[in-house]
Amino acid sequence: MNHHWNNRRSAVFLVCITGLLLAAVTAAGIILSGQAMETDFTQKNLTPSLSHLFGTDWMGRDMLSRTLTGLSMSIRIGALTAAVSSILALILGTAAATLGRKVDAVISWCIDLCMGIPHILLVMLISLACGKGFLGVVAGVSLSHWPSLARVIRSEVLQLRQAPYIQAAEKLGVSRLNIAKRHILIHLLPQFLTGLILQFPHAVLHEASITFLGFGLSPEQPAIGVILSESMRYLTTGKWWLALFPGLALVLVVILFAITGEHLRRLLNPANVHQ
Amino acid sequence: MKHRLQFAGKKLIRMALLLLGVSLAAFLLVNASPLDPLQTNVGQAALGSMSQEQIENLKAYWGTDTPPVQRYLSWLGGILQGDMGTSLLYRQPVAQVIGQRLASSFWLMAFAWVLSGILGLLLGMAAGMNRGKWPDKLIRGYCLTISSTPVFWLALLLLIIFSVWLGIFPIGLSVPIGMESGSITFADRIQHAVLPALTLSITGVANIALHTREKMIDILDSDYILFARARGESNRSILWRHCLRNVALPAITLQFASISEIIGGSVLVEQVFSYPGLGQAAVTAGLGSDLPLLLGITVVTAAMVFGGNLAADLLYGAVDPKIRKGASRK
Repeated sequence: MNHHWNNRRSAVFLVCITGLLLAAVTAAGIILSGQAMETDFTQKNLTPSLSHLFGTDWMGRDMLSRTLTGLSMSIRIGALTAAVSSILALILGTAAATLGRKVDAVISWCIDLCMGIPHILLVMLISLACGKGFLGVVAGVSLSHWPSLARVIRSEVLQLRQAPYIQAAEKLGVSRLNIAKRHILIHLLPQFLTGLILQFPHAVLHEASITFLGFGLSPEQPAIGVILSESMRYLTTGKWWLALFPGLALVLVVILFAITGEHLRRLLNPANVHQ
Repeated sequence: MKHRLQFAGKKLIRMALLLLGVSLAAFLLVNASPLDPLQTNVGQAALGSMSQEQIENLKAYWGTDTPPVQRYLSWLGGILQGDMGTSLLYRQPVAQVIGQRLASSFWLMAFAWVLSGILGLLLGMAAGMNRGKWPDKLIRGYCLTISSTPVFWLALLLLIIFSVWLGIFPIGLSVPIGMESGSITFADRIQHAVLPALTLSITGVANIALHTREKMIDILDSDYILFARARGESNRSILWRHCLRNVALPAITLQFASISEIIGGSVLVEQVFSYPGLGQAAVTAGLGSDLPLLLGITVVTAAMVFGGNLAADLLYGAVDPKIRKGASRK
């Protein structure tokens, strides 16, 4: 019976497929970014058809290429912000657990503070501080997502420090740096990677939300948030395709990320190796 | 009882300090903004045609000529005396604006909060009890989809379906346009709040349902459930006597922690339905650099979040006898 082995293998397969798909969307968006800005007033407000799968808007721009460009932007911003916030969480979480009680108190207080302000408001405030735009979104999303992961990493490190093998290493005179490198960081790696990948969907959704509210990417850029907030003006006149397809595409991308993250989590978890 | 009062007292002091931190952080962030309130609200063209004196007056009104330290301290001094300042955009006291907005947002959020909590708990328990079968798969699929869906897009979809196509619900606002405030009935208000509340409830379910499901599976695998089954207890009595209390504890934590999410969701939903609530005021204040109002809203919502956490901590003792006894022994 190699049923269990297949379980793992199919997970790897699935992760590869979804990864390829996301890469394809990102690449397609970059290639089509020129086409997304092209206006053609003879072709405006067309319902979805074979030549324009997602329809066109009031300036005759093709919604499919606009959506793909927006998604590509979202994915890239998501990758950047998830990476920054996870690294921040790793540094602060480990610092809180290893650098003594005072540092721990300060960092824990900051975590409580960040988690106290409703997330959207915090992203709004940080984005305002950076003058909105691309920098505002990236700073806002990456500086507001670290607290929960930092908390997980902090408690993990605290627990690890009490583990017999680490205490034994300390008694054997292994240096702190070596313990951190050889025992703690290696142990944290799966936790960290899972946290990183599970941040992706949140980051993408928050980027879209904050742009939708007008605190993010500028209106000239074909971001999903911009497309959807523009579509609101045309909803009452029955132009449903302007809102439906771009949103649906975003949901699909986020689901792909979530599924990839879930499977990677299982693959990376040492306790699941036998499956 | 004494230790619980002490516990609550300590938490309250910590909360006050955190709120102070929140206000300072929010102030620093808005203050650091390179966006000039005069440019955003008055406009470059209008500024160009004004005399120097008029511009000076505007600068004084928007507070851009006062040093930041002095500005924050005078705001803080006002707060300690119960004065939250005056909103620069609405030209009304901040406390009044927040009061009005919160009154219309509160029912929206409270309804969504209670409904999503109960529904999430029930769905999670149902999924956990049917692990691997179709109800479980259905519920998990729903949760995955809904947690990957941006709230505002869901709001847009409901708006297209129910308001534009079916015409059952109004497009937006909390009351009909062009009616006297006296002639607005309770039914009108309800009709305008249904879609926003529905959107918030649909999205709030996912997190609590998934966590309850995990917990439910843990409990059903436990020895005490095996023993209960061996004794011949019925499914219903197992559910009622053994599962519910154990599941309730993490559910309460999550539910109170979700206040922050619900406020965030209401910001987006109110924007789509142009519902005049607190969230919409926050967006307006943010876009228009209305510092006193933005600070006020941030502090008030943060207080709600901290209050929720405090309530959860106090409720633990009531739900879990182990925690109650553990605390009294100290």
